[in-house]
Amino acid sequence: MSSATHVLPLRIYFGVFFALLVLTGTTVGVAFIDLGPFNNVVALGVAVLKATLVILFFMHVRYSTRLTGLVIVSGIFWLVIMVGLTFVDYATRGWLGVAGR
Amino acid sequence: MSEMQSAAMTSSSAHAHAGDHPSNLAHHFQSYEQQRESASLGVWVFLVTEIMFFGGLFTAYILYRSRYPEAFIAGSHQLDVMLGTVNTAVLICSSLTMAMAVRSAQLGRAKAIAGFLVATIILGSAFLGIKATEYHHKWVEHLIPGADFHLEASHLPTSHGKPVTSDLPTGIVGESRADVPLPAAGPKDIQAHTQLFFFLYFGMTGLHALHMIIGVGLLAWLIRPSLQGRFDGNNHNYVEGIGLYWHFVDIVWIFLFPLLYLVGRHG
Repeated sequence: MSSATHVLPLRIYFGVFFALLVLTGTTVGVAFIDLGPFNNVVALGVAVLKATLVILFFMHVRYSTRLTGLVIVSGIFWLVIMVGLTFVDYATRGWLGVAGR
Repeated sequence: MSEMQSAAMTSSSAHAHAGDHPSNLAHHFQSYEQQRESASLGVWVFLVTEIMFFGGLFTAYILYRSRYPEAFIAGSHQLDVMLGTVNTAVLICSSLTMAMAVRSAQLGRAKAIAGFLVATIILGSAFLGIKATEYHHKWVEHLIPGADFHLEASHLPTSHGKPVTSDLPTGIVGESRADVPLPAAGPKDIQAHTQLFFFLYFGMTGLHALHMIIGVGLLAWLIRPSLQGRFDGNNHNYVEGIGLYWHFVDIVWIFLFPLLYLVGRHG
């Protein structure tokens, strides 16, 4: 690869921009429809999709080194550990009675 | 270029080749490409610490929301979906102008960089202005956590005409055994638990707004070196790095918006 940086064509930036706006409209619209537990799934799914678009294209990670990708994935992995293990604790607290009660 | 690379590789002492590299390429890098990759990797390592920083607040949010779902619905209904949606769009526009500023820097177009930086600053300030308006509404409506906090009973959401103050201690976590009944969630608990929602609302959006204010300051600081023609296809690391930070702050809002504004909007 040459020394000069890789410049993305404008259509990628505008395509991502419009996709983000459409997804924002989608998440607002779906919030007013009763889907039961799937409301949360859609809300978080759309948010993850939007974040992925921003990371891959606005933040150029799709065109960055694998080391950068590894750092990002490890960060998310640690976040999952923090949230996951916290919930393993809270979710199981009621399983055993309090001693002496 | 290759001459310099070999010079860097064969030189054993740090300053042996001082003076034979351009002023915008630090002597410990072999090439601009390596310098760029190192700069963006460094910013990403910082952003990972930011993920953990905000992650603590998101963990608290998930925990209390699963514990007090009806209070979080009541709290979310006090927020203005319209202002929240407009602010999301404003922030997405600012991410586009930021990306365009970085692209202009890659192409070495000094005036375009400055123009897109100013546009990003204006959009970021618009976001903060709308946020301040929302905070003011919450102040007037006694929704700031503290002694003056009060959630009007008429503001509580209803389901099929009945208030959603369920007498079940619902939630997926912390469920007690069936033989240890928990007290029913009464109106007083709803007040306390909704106050908890607003603690998180102000904590999370406040921390996000602080990041925006810092970001606007960094963008303003970039304008002068941009106009001086300091950035080009080889070296635009300041613009790229601050751009990464700005997009990250946008991503935080992408998650905050549905989690705070859109809870239980149906029904």
